[in-house]
Amino acid sequence: MSDDVHRRIEGVRKPDPTLGKRYVPHEPARVDRVPPAPAETAPEPPAKPPKRQRVVLADPKSKSTPTLRARVELEEQTSWGTALISDLVKHQFRTGVTLALLVLVLLGGLPLAFYLAPGFAALRVIGVPLAWLLLGVLPFPLLLLVGLAYNRLAERHERDFVDMIES
Amino acid sequence: MSPWTLTGVMLVAAVTFYLGRRSSRFANSTHDFLVARRTVRSRRNAAAISGEYLSAASFLGVAGIVLKEGADGLWYPIGFTAGYLTLMLFVAAPLRRSGAYTLPDFLEARLGSVALRRCATWFVVFVGILYLVPQLQGAGLALKTVLPTAPAWIGAAVVTVIVVANVLGGGMRAITLVQAFQYWLKLFAIAVPAFVLCAVFVTGQHSGSAGALGADAPPTFAAQTTVDIRTDVDLRVDVVTPVRVREPGSDTERMVVWAGGATEHVAAGSRLTFPAGTPVPTVGDAVSANSDWLSPGSSGLTDLLRTYSLLIATFLGTMGLPHVLVRFYTNPDGKAARRTAVHVLLLLGLFYLFPTLLGAMSRMFVPQLLVTGQTDAAVLELPNAIMPGVAGQVLTAIVMAGAFAAFLSTSSGLLVSVAGVVSTDVFSRGRVSDFRWASLIVGILALAFALGMRPTDLSLSVGMSFALAASTFSPLLVLGIWWRGLTWPGAMAGMIVGGVLVIGALATNTVSRYTGGWAPWLADQPALVTVPVAFAVTVLVSLGTPTGRPVDVNAVMLRLHAPDPLGFMRDRAVARFGQVDTSKQRAGRGRHRK
Repeated sequence: MSDDVHRRIEGVRKPDPTLGKRYVPHEPARVDRVPPAPAETAPEPPAKPPKRQRVVLADPKSKSTPTLRARVELEEQTSWGTALISDLVKHQFRTGVTLALLVLVLLGGLPLAFYLAPGFAALRVIGVPLAWLLLGVLPFPLLLLVGLAYNRLAERHERDFVDMIES
Repeated sequence: MSPWTLTGVMLVAAVTFYLGRRSSRFANSTHDFLVARRTVRSRRNAAAISGEYLSAASFLGVAGIVLKEGADGLWYPIGFTAGYLTLMLFVAAPLRRSGAYTLPDFLEARLGSVALRRCATWFVVFVGILYLVPQLQGAGLALKTVLPTAPAWIGAAVVTVIVVANVLGGGMRAITLVQAFQYWLKLFAIAVPAFVLCAVFVTGQHSGSAGALGADAPPTFAAQTTVDIRTDVDLRVDVVTPVRVREPGSDTERMVVWAGGATEHVAAGSRLTFPAGTPVPTVGDAVSANSDWLSPGSSGLTDLLRTYSLLIATFLGTMGLPHVLVRFYTNPDGKAARRTAVHVLLLLGLFYLFPTLLGAMSRMFVPQLLVTGQTDAAVLELPNAIMPGVAGQVLTAIVMAGAFAAFLSTSSGLLVSVAGVVSTDVFSRGRVSDFRWASLIVGILALAFALGMRPTDLSLSVGMSFALAASTFSPLLVLGIWWRGLTWPGAMAGMIVGGVLVIGALATNTVSRYTGGWAPWLADQPALVTVPVAFAVTVLVSLGTPTGRPVDVNAVMLRLHAPDPLGFMRDRAVARFGQVDTSKQRAGRGRHRK
């Protein structure tokens, strides 16, 4: 989907700018009367605009309901809705993969490091061999920090997405 | 057996039962049974997940493998924890939003194929039983260690009976509270002995150690040590070793001198007595010299590849384990699922600091386990070796209680999840009685396997079940959640190829163990080969069958990934049971939230 018509902010496609904006009531535009058409054309009956009805699909009182239009677009899988979700998916996936690669390099590189440089594993730090510290103590805070970082990033992505939908 | 240990074990069993009974009074509908009514708070859920996840392999097996292999064994706890991180990064939130309760559920929701669901069910059962059997065997070993005169089958039988009874009584609801309690019990049971023994060791009050850990020699017996051999072992003797041997069935001991460099076969039932100061002969697969034990990757390229194989298996296998995935559904939404996962990482990391310490100490103080090969008993034998007397007995009782909790919790979790899958997919009616029958059948099957098969190291067996989970389910989960192009033929092909390869390796390993051990290291831990192959097959076959894509893939992806406030998440409770109990308050003692 390359709808370049839409603005992109930080790689996330922004929706149609008129979406969701409150329709401010205003004076209708003044239209000058044009002279009537010549008599040869049979005058078409003016199309009667459908009576405006208020259709409520969701409780309007609930605070965090995204606007109807955006949600409907998402649900009906319009091209814009699908593109939006694909963007989010790509973002989250990229975050996950980056962090996973970080862990992989840091932890998964250790066996290779030990293999290539056995002396380094035998260094003693406070009486304990370095290898035992690197394998037995350090990975757990590292994994926890990566988990926290991912949680924060993912929640932020999702919040931004919802804000964008609601805006 | 000391009265302390007996008391500890009975206390754990009693409390487990009591908590299960008390919760099960409220578990009457199928919904209750399977879902714990989603009033479970995130922190309690995290403790429950950790409690369930820390199996005997974590409690006993890690120390045992550290005793046997040294720094190479440290990858097991890392792998177990990192696997949970991988789960969180790639699977947690989308899986919860899919509304799927089990893996076959998710596969059907994502790909729409009933055949795939059936196939997945069988693999789930296989993985579950493969993980359950070492737990029961570990229970047998533990009970035999503290009560040497008991028959071999009693440990496994006792655990099975308690677990089945608990599950029959309350299903998942009973389990959550119990699991949470058991996490804290296990942490206490491993941390207290670790602290105490460490303190004793550091202040030098212990009764003799077995040589410096860095020396280029095997550990030595500090005092005269008698070892009872219970299974046939082949011992590798590095140095000339004098030993008194009492053959099985005879009453006299004879003095024998084992030549350096020889491999001695010792029959089950023999009793060996080593004088003080003799070096310890080790079983074939243990690392003999202390300097090799201390440094990681001492055997060159094979060790390196084996480590990577283990890393792949554990990093990707966690997401495929039935008892891990099932518990995700008890979170209210995707965000809570992620948060719970972070808590779990904290709890797991906290726990795994201790078994490593105990494993290292056991190399110094109980090296005789290297002779019998049953290194998984390290944590149980260590307190008595360092602090003989009442203190040692009390510590052993604490550790035994923790080990017992480990067996009970993981077995319960596995039983509930596998029985859930069996009852909803094989019996396909989903009634409460189906679930109970399924629990009984799976329990008896696991017990039969546990008693029939020869026990091996806990960590190795568990590593194999991780390999199976990683080869069958992780491609489906990762690709299914993040790639629109996955098709059901691709998924089926990948699952079957991965599964068959691992089962083949397992069979090869089993046969080779009974006939002399000729299998290459790949048969022990095949993940290095099977997981990439499974991924590749899944991707290639999916690309080759584009018509197999489900029609509603866009809607499914929307449901999986749209943030929770947008409300696309599927609530299986409504879809399946037709009710969502948001405000049902149970009367009685004000216990509304479990």
